[in-house]
Amino acid sequence: MVMRKPDKWMIFRRQLEKEMTIIGLESVGIVALLSVFMGAVMCLQTAHQISGWIPVYTIGFTVRQTMILEFSPTLIPVILAGKVGSNIASQLGTMRVTEQIDALEIMGVNSAGLLVLPKIIAGFICIPALVVMSMGLGLASGAGIALLTGVSSMADFEYGLQVDFVSYDVVYALIKTTVFALIMTSVSAYHGYYTSGGALEVAKSSTKAVVYSVVIIMLTNLVLTKLLLT
Amino acid sequence: MIELKNISKSFGKHNVINNVSAIFEKGKVNFIIGRSGSGKSVLTKCTVGLLEPDEGHVFYDGRDFTAMNRRQRKEIRKEIGMLFQGGALFDSMTVEENIKFPLKMFSDMDDEAMSSRVADCLTRVELEGHGDKYPGELSGGMQKRVGIARAISMNPKYLFCDEPNSGLDPQTAIVIDNLIVDITREYGMTTVVVSHDMNSVIEASDTIHFIHEGEIAFKGDNAEMMVSDSETLNDFIYASKLMRKLRDKAK
Repeated sequence: MVMRKPDKWMIFRRQLEKEMTIIGLESVGIVALLSVFMGAVMCLQTAHQISGWIPVYTIGFTVRQTMILEFSPTLIPVILAGKVGSNIASQLGTMRVTEQIDALEIMGVNSAGLLVLPKIIAGFICIPALVVMSMGLGLASGAGIALLTGVSSMADFEYGLQVDFVSYDVVYALIKTTVFALIMTSVSAYHGYYTSGGALEVAKSSTKAVVYSVVIIMLTNLVLTKLLLT
Repeated sequence: MIELKNISKSFGKHNVINNVSAIFEKGKVNFIIGRSGSGKSVLTKCTVGLLEPDEGHVFYDGRDFTAMNRRQRKEIRKEIGMLFQGGALFDSMTVEENIKFPLKMFSDMDDEAMSSRVADCLTRVELEGHGDKYPGELSGGMQKRVGIARAISMNPKYLFCDEPNSGLDPQTAIVIDNLIVDITREYGMTTVVVSHDMNSVIEASDTIHFIHEGEIAFKGDNAEMMVSDSETLNDFIYASKLMRKLRDKAK
């Protein structure tokens, strides 16, 4: 039902644009904020831990590895599961309990195709883009705080960013992110779409959507890390 | 005309609808009445395909809806309009966009023709000038009228109304009843109204089907209903002390 050809492409396209705004554009602020602070804190933490006995370029290296390998591709989708996932589940759940989904079905509209598929596609496009932005901002803020506080010179930090860099790490991160985006949007949409009851059930669906998304993302992360890094 | 033949529906071991047959006539307002939990909403959902009956058939002007696949049903669904209990208006869309939505999905009209059709529908439900408002800005009665406007936007052959007067004051309820009767006559639709509002049943019904414990316990018009000797029907109609007093006085 979800993957069926849309009834009308024009309406589907508008729906997709709307979802990309909600899932992507409206998440830029929170992702940027978290990434900037995480990059900066990671830089200061590493500087504090290594002081005196490990080369200073390790600061740049650690910030890079942390941001690219785990923080941006895993923790950003987990955070978005809270913001975007609950939004998806509560929106669909409310539409279900107020009979808006029934109204679409009565009209002969494929409601799952119209309401769920654009969310999955929007997540598939926007969340990897947000993760790439997060990586960039995290590294930039790490460099910025290193300069501001004097824990590392720009040359050392830059060297750390480049040393032993394997471009496959970015591919690995994007594969993980894409899988997590699919998990988050589809799990949340499932819980919202199949809500029955009233306001209390909508709230329960929203909570379930976040909890199940996070748990599945974490388990998948473990499996993917083992599969992709061996 | 809509014909139900031997419809049964169970949920687990609970038999909600038991071998129900009924005919809803064209150009008439056909009421399904009954107590809460009697099975009238389940019967309506089986009729429009929101639930699949376990047994039986639903015919829309002789076309067996229950035997159709999704694509074939879609053609019938374009001929169905439905007014939901809570309005079921899309709250992210304005009134105009709500009414336009089925036209955009299923008609080949250009934007000008669609806007003209929306204006006609709004005029018909006396809501001219409210097209740019959102459902949340409207009163319950206005939301119901927008629901009717959306339901008739595609000139449906069949109109279903689920508890059209629930939550409305008596005067607004009469406005909605009159509107349903008027558009049924005007467009020659087959209208099915699910209700337990006795004022509406007496004022607006052409035919009445009383459901009790999943079975049709009475069929007839409102005059026949008022003098019926069916105990279950009388318990339903004259549930209040006032109604019983009026009945005793009339006798």
